[in-house]
Amino acid sequence: MKRLLGPLVVLVVLVVLNSGLERVLNPYFFQVLILVGINIILAVSLNLVNGFTGQFSIGHAGFMAAGAYGSAMFSLTVGQRMVNALVAGHVPAAAAEGAALLLALVLGGLLAAVFGYLVGLPSLRLRGDYLAIVTLGFGEIIRVLILNIDVIGGPRGLPGIPKWANFFWVFLVVAVVIAVSRNLAHSTHGRALFAIRDDEIAAEALGVDTTRYKIVAFVIGAFFAGVAGGLFAHYLCYLNPNSFTFLKSIEIIAMVVLGGMGSVSGSVLAAIVLTLSPELLRPVKEYRMVIYALMLIVLMITRPQGLLGTRELSLDRMLRRRRPAETRA
Amino acid sequence: MSAPLLQLADCTMQFGGLKAVANLDLVVGAGELVGLIGPNGAGKTTVFNVVTGVYAPTAGRVTFDGRAIAGLKANRIACAGITRTFQNIRLFPRLTCLDNVAVAAHPHRKAGMWSAVFRTPGFLADEAALRRQAMDMLEVLGLADHADALAIGLPYGQQRRLEIARALAGKPRLLLLDEPAAGLNPQESEDLMRLILEIRRRFSLTILLIEHDMKVVMGICERIAVLDYGVKIAEGGPDEIRRDPRVIEAYLGEESVHA
Amino acid sequence: MSEFLQQLVNGVTWGSVYALIALGYTMVYGILRLINFAHGDIYMLGAFIGLYVSRFIRAGENPSPVKALVVLLASMLLSALVGMVIERFAYKPVRKSPRLSALITAIGVSLLLENGGVLLFGADPRFFPQLIPSRNIPLGLGVVLSNQQLIVLVVSLALMFLLRLFVTYTRTGKAMQAVSHNHTAAALMGISVDRIITLTFMIGSSLAAAAGVLVALQSPKIEPYMGIMPGLKAFVAAVLGGIGNIPGAVVGGLVMGVAEVLVTGYLSPTYRDAIAFVLLIVILLVRPAGIFGKAVAEKV
Repeated sequence: MKRLLGPLVVLVVLVVLNSGLERVLNPYFFQVLILVGINIILAVSLNLVNGFTGQFSIGHAGFMAAGAYGSAMFSLTVGQRMVNALVAGHVPAAAAEGAALLLALVLGGLLAAVFGYLVGLPSLRLRGDYLAIVTLGFGEIIRVLILNIDVIGGPRGLPGIPKWANFFWVFLVVAVVIAVSRNLAHSTHGRALFAIRDDEIAAEALGVDTTRYKIVAFVIGAFFAGVAGGLFAHYLCYLNPNSFTFLKSIEIIAMVVLGGMGSVSGSVLAAIVLTLSPELLRPVKEYRMVIYALMLIVLMITRPQGLLGTRELSLDRMLRRRRPAETRA
Repeated sequence: MSAPLLQLADCTMQFGGLKAVANLDLVVGAGELVGLIGPNGAGKTTVFNVVTGVYAPTAGRVTFDGRAIAGLKANRIACAGITRTFQNIRLFPRLTCLDNVAVAAHPHRKAGMWSAVFRTPGFLADEAALRRQAMDMLEVLGLADHADALAIGLPYGQQRRLEIARALAGKPRLLLLDEPAAGLNPQESEDLMRLILEIRRRFSLTILLIEHDMKVVMGICERIAVLDYGVKIAEGGPDEIRRDPRVIEAYLGEESVHA
Repeated sequence: MSEFLQQLVNGVTWGSVYALIALGYTMVYGILRLINFAHGDIYMLGAFIGLYVSRFIRAGENPSPVKALVVLLASMLLSALVGMVIERFAYKPVRKSPRLSALITAIGVSLLLENGGVLLFGADPRFFPQLIPSRNIPLGLGVVLSNQQLIVLVVSLALMFLLRLFVTYTRTGKAMQAVSHNHTAAALMGISVDRIITLTFMIGSSLAAAAGVLVALQSPKIEPYMGIMPGLKAFVAAVLGGIGNIPGAVVGGLVMGVAEVLVTGYLSPTYRDAIAFVLLIVILLVRPAGIFGKAVAEKV
């Protein structure tokens, strides 16, 4: 029972914040907050592939797109009808929409996971730069595919997606993806991933099935990117292939690298910083991208390990430092 | 000789035009401590790579405990009971010593990834057991104090020990040590010799050892096989090998034989 | 039949442009194991520098082959300097860093050039003056070559040939080969690795700039993002030929150009950009070392 306390507290906090924040914050700030949440999910999911397992994946936006369009298509066809049926059966709207959203997100995530599997396969034989290029290529191919499929809108975009995503759902997924990452990291499976990152040949020689773990990393990373895409779709209610270009992939990588590859808390921090900065830089809008580019270059030169390196922000460690006397007593 | 645990039959490993290992017959009996020596480039590490599955042999058979293992993936062979250390230390630099060793215990895990994600009681117990196994191994090799230190921070001699601890944590039946004494001073080499004999006894291991330090080889190996340019040129006990003219010639050149 | 031959001619012309750019990628990768993401943007920069140089010498008012040559050479030289600066300030500090850091630095430089270009030149397309009036040269069998295409072909081939001579027969060229094999050994032989690396960047950048000017002479519309797609395609061409391999880059470029023109002509123009990615993925799955490359196995 004690184990369920944590998740329960999180749920309650989310529900409270959900009803409160939207009323308190102005709509612009609220939207930024939602985008922060979505970017956290993207960064933490990419961290699993790049940071934990050391696989150069630079096409993450492709998975986000797959999830976005997949979930959107579900909602526009089946989901909406499901909600209508439920509401007609006296189910409260919030619950019906939540259920439909959950289903849409899972389906979108699964579609993205399938692509993750396909992209992960070449990772088995390619290393470093080559793998990076292949993942980039796949990301672009997914985008070009979307551009050419008329039924999902193509270059005109896909409008009219029901607005089912809100603070609660976005940050619930944030909590889930962080929990999954942390729990994996503190397990023998996480160690296997780190071993692959540090020395794949030695890991293999010790009995780690590197093939399986590399693919698993890609699939899980892609799944959550897809869910992030689904949340994105169901919040903005309109999708356009231009949201999922290589530039978006770079933005996500920048978050993982800035935070420190392998550090979950680092990815979270960096996602927050990098989502807020463009908003803060709005006054100097024309210089924004130049500043961003300079930041990447300077960061790689001066502190390539990012803010936190591979370490995690630990409440435990911070508290311990304040009570040295007690431990010695 | 006891029942053969590892058997290489007519094994050849060819890279393009180069035969790194040519028609090698080698048998290691259960419980034996066998040395594999030869000049640099003789193909010794290639033999290890073939046995552990890094390469599939171009020709020939490799049998472990009666089972054909040639061409199997390296991780399957490790799970079957063969682990190794590397000529150039291959620790996981960003992991702690404990985690380095714990990775080797991974094949013995019981809890799957879903249990890990949900932190089920079964997973927690399994995880504790794995960490305990790793800790025990660190203690056996006198590295328990460094459990939480990053592997890359250790002095060289201790890094070599850590690699051995890690290989042992996989609970192998056959342990392959690739130049474990490289870079060690005479005192450290003596400690290593004692360590190898101790772990063989304690864990009922069979050990195949590549080494250049003749004191170590002659000191602990029961049987020695000598490779030169991929071919086995001699095999026998330490005294035989020490006096074998072909061995002397391979190491020191023809003049020494007639000197 | 004549259409096919015409397509081939067009493809080879485009291919030689890709080859010029691909050479820069391949040389830098061979020497630094770095994919210089910003290389395609040097192509763009070359075109813009050429634009400003031609303004400066008022080449548009009285166009002549000599003035065109001046524009080409000036652009090549100035772009070489830009390449040198980029190498010195952005890539040198990350030479010993993990490959992903270097990759991200390169992406950063690319973004900097593109968006800096938008700031400096404006996002709207600009027009390169027509320095070589267009004339068609019939080749027989119904195939027509424009004089601009001819110039692209001739200049590209000349530059590639010169590079080949340089790398094979001069001491510096051989030093470049040495450095691409092993930095430490080359340094021990008395080669200044830093200078060779700088020189490699300069040569690569000048070739990309040449490609930019040559293309701008033909298709005068230039804008800051014009380097992205050709850069990517040239990269694929370099990988196709075996990255690090100079003749491979040339062959890869030609194959890329011909493939693209044939696909556009016989299949559909919408797949023009996609063919590059498809080729890339096929090559990396089937033969990652490329046509002329040699797969180097890691020593265990």
